[in-house]
Amino acid sequence: MLRLLRGARVVDPISGLDGIRDILIDRDRIARIDISIPPSTCRGATVIELGAGLVVCPGFIDMHVHLREPGYEHKETVATGTASAVAGGFTAVACMPNTHPVNDNASVTRFILKQAAEAGLARVYPIGAVSQGSKGEQLAEIADMRDAGCVAFSDDGRPVATALLMRRALEYAGMFGMPIIDHCEDRSLSGEGVAHEGYHAAQLGLRGIPSAAEDVMVERDIVLADITGGHAHIAHISTAGALRAVRAGKARSVRITCEVAPHHFTMSDQWLAAPVSYDTNVKMNPPLRAAADRDALVEGIRDGSIDAIATDHAPHHADDKRVEFDRASFGIVGLETAVSLCLDRLVHADVIGWPRLVELLSVNPARILGVAGGSISVGRAADLTILAPDLPVIVNAARFRSKSRNTPFDGWSLRGGVAATIVGGRVVYVNPEVPTAAGLGPLSGGQP
Amino acid sequence: MSDAATRLRGKDLLGIADLTAAEITLVLDTAEAMKEIASRPIKKVPALRGKTVVNLFYEPSTRTRTSFEIAEKRLSADTLSIAIASSSVVKGETLVDTALNLEAMAPDIIVLRHGSSGACHLLSRICRAAIVNAGDGMHEHPTQGLLDAFTIRERKGRLAGLKVAIVGDLLHSRVFRSNILLLTKMGADVWGCGPPTLLPPGLEQLGVHPTSRVEEAVRDADVVMMLRIQLERMQGGFFPSLREYFNVFGMTPERVALAKPDAIIMHPGPMNRGVEIASEVADGPGSVILDQVANGVAVRMAVLFLLAGGGEHVAAA
Repeated sequence: MLRLLRGARVVDPISGLDGIRDILIDRDRIARIDISIPPSTCRGATVIELGAGLVVCPGFIDMHVHLREPGYEHKETVATGTASAVAGGFTAVACMPNTHPVNDNASVTRFILKQAAEAGLARVYPIGAVSQGSKGEQLAEIADMRDAGCVAFSDDGRPVATALLMRRALEYAGMFGMPIIDHCEDRSLSGEGVAHEGYHAAQLGLRGIPSAAEDVMVERDIVLADITGGHAHIAHISTAGALRAVRAGKARSVRITCEVAPHHFTMSDQWLAAPVSYDTNVKMNPPLRAAADRDALVEGIRDGSIDAIATDHAPHHADDKRVEFDRASFGIVGLETAVSLCLDRLVHADVIGWPRLVELLSVNPARILGVAGGSISVGRAADLTILAPDLPVIVNAARFRSKSRNTPFDGWSLRGGVAATIVGGRVVYVNPEVPTAAGLGPLSGGQP
Repeated sequence: MSDAATRLRGKDLLGIADLTAAEITLVLDTAEAMKEIASRPIKKVPALRGKTVVNLFYEPSTRTRTSFEIAEKRLSADTLSIAIASSSVVKGETLVDTALNLEAMAPDIIVLRHGSSGACHLLSRICRAAIVNAGDGMHEHPTQGLLDAFTIRERKGRLAGLKVAIVGDLLHSRVFRSNILLLTKMGADVWGCGPPTLLPPGLEQLGVHPTSRVEEAVRDADVVMMLRIQLERMQGGFFPSLREYFNVFGMTPERVALAKPDAIIMHPGPMNRGVEIASEVADGPGSVILDQVANGVAVRMAVLFLLAGGGEHVAAA
């Protein structure tokens, strides 16, 4: 089956392409990319006139999500999480191992992949646990999980507990060239903290999580990545100090990469107090930091110090959030708001251009995880994220595909959204509010 | 200072943060009228007759709960006190469910004491009843702040321009937060003193002078307020020992001598004699610690009265 996407702007940083192109998709692969592909030359093709108002990017990859299955299916499942992903423009997600049971062995990995195949929406790349049960004691069976399909290792939700374990993990996973993703938090410093230690938390009487809790752990990981030659990836970087450390590490060629979550570059700790004080939907870990940290992260996105944007999509049932602030679960959903936040706050705000956006959301996540994707090229899988850059978007949590609604962005007006998502040649999401994408529907075509 | 207020704007009293200087003055003025009631042979007025007040206490409290109960009874409200041990909350129903159940019985006012900062805000969003914060976590204890201000004003005739030294565990203290918000709004010169491990960040932004030198805080002060030091803070490593704490920060007669001769000594209670305050000071001539307790009833009567829609019933009081 042939599909011809015509006349859209195509942004592919790897080939240096940014211009109007036609793309021919043959079943699950890209068959041809050209300035003009006359429909007469590809007989039987379904022709879809996208037009120059839409932007076609290599499929976005969210390298940090929580799909909650197995164990917490009341919060999210692989099926609802991947439905949320494709509605948010992500063709692939990497899911953290803090499920129940923990994804610390190949059978759990295979179960997640089986659920993903049945859902048939976004690609799912499981991240295995660094330690058995993520308890921080004994290494999990990393090679076995790699063979089953894990692409990286992390004890996310918690830091890799000790410097020794982190060292061993970097060395051991290093034999496969695979990254250790670390949630950087010195628990002795963060203690019972629930919000960024600073003026706002102090005024509200909330126990603080100091920036230093993140900074010292990032410094530790950089030192250990340096001596082991392993690849440490810093999850959800949130402080100016941690970013400084990453910059310094990169400058001396340590294998260190980092990601930032949209809430950390769009919000700051003043949201604890207003417009709604003690809103549990602004409680996450790491917490919303000071405005100066947020500004430093934006600068890190601009200057290239930050490698990737990842949502840390953390679905929680309403029951886990409709409680006292200090009892509420940490985390927010992010898959269905990330792209609009990036377009509105980064691209339209002239922080970055389109190629850099695609690097942050596609090229670099693919490179860090060592997975396919990150480019639009002939012969490769047709994983495409199609954006409507000027679409007026009003975030409506009630319409999320995710099982959970825990977002602080409900009601936000943003410029730019997702038009359609194509995974392996299959149109898995079409936004009904984008008329020029209508030709892609109904959802069908190709083979998974 | 803004124009005189005749009523409180909000439905609730969640914290001093929400009050204007004029509203604070209104509460203090109303409390003066209420205080007179305590000197009558029949200490009861019908101001809240037919109103239902629920005292919902998730933390042990003797002083505050008793004070609210007496205030409610003197105003002729129908009152009910519920004490819930935090331990049973873990397995029991949520705060929201408890509140919705109470709400179904249509109380007019819920007085809430809770260990979590912001618990009163949560309730105010789901309840039609007026919420009175009787202490939420480390956040605020507004009626304590008001009764402290009432006591200072009673003794000093004013709040503006007074040097007030507050010494103790500022980091974990809701009394401290309510007091600094109130006193800075009313134009006092507020000094916060404690070991650096117990000073919250951002004090300067709130208009408070932070210091760890108790002599500097107390020197020429009009008011010296001590805050309770809890044993668990020592276990948390905030300072080495109660003995050392008393040596460095304890309020002794020698330190009090640095303050103005007519300085008053305050403590929200319960006191640890020999930890944050020497008995000679607590029982000394400048101490107004028991006045604070007496004034607590009057201030809480004023708050309940104003929140219950008091304005038009002033005459009845």
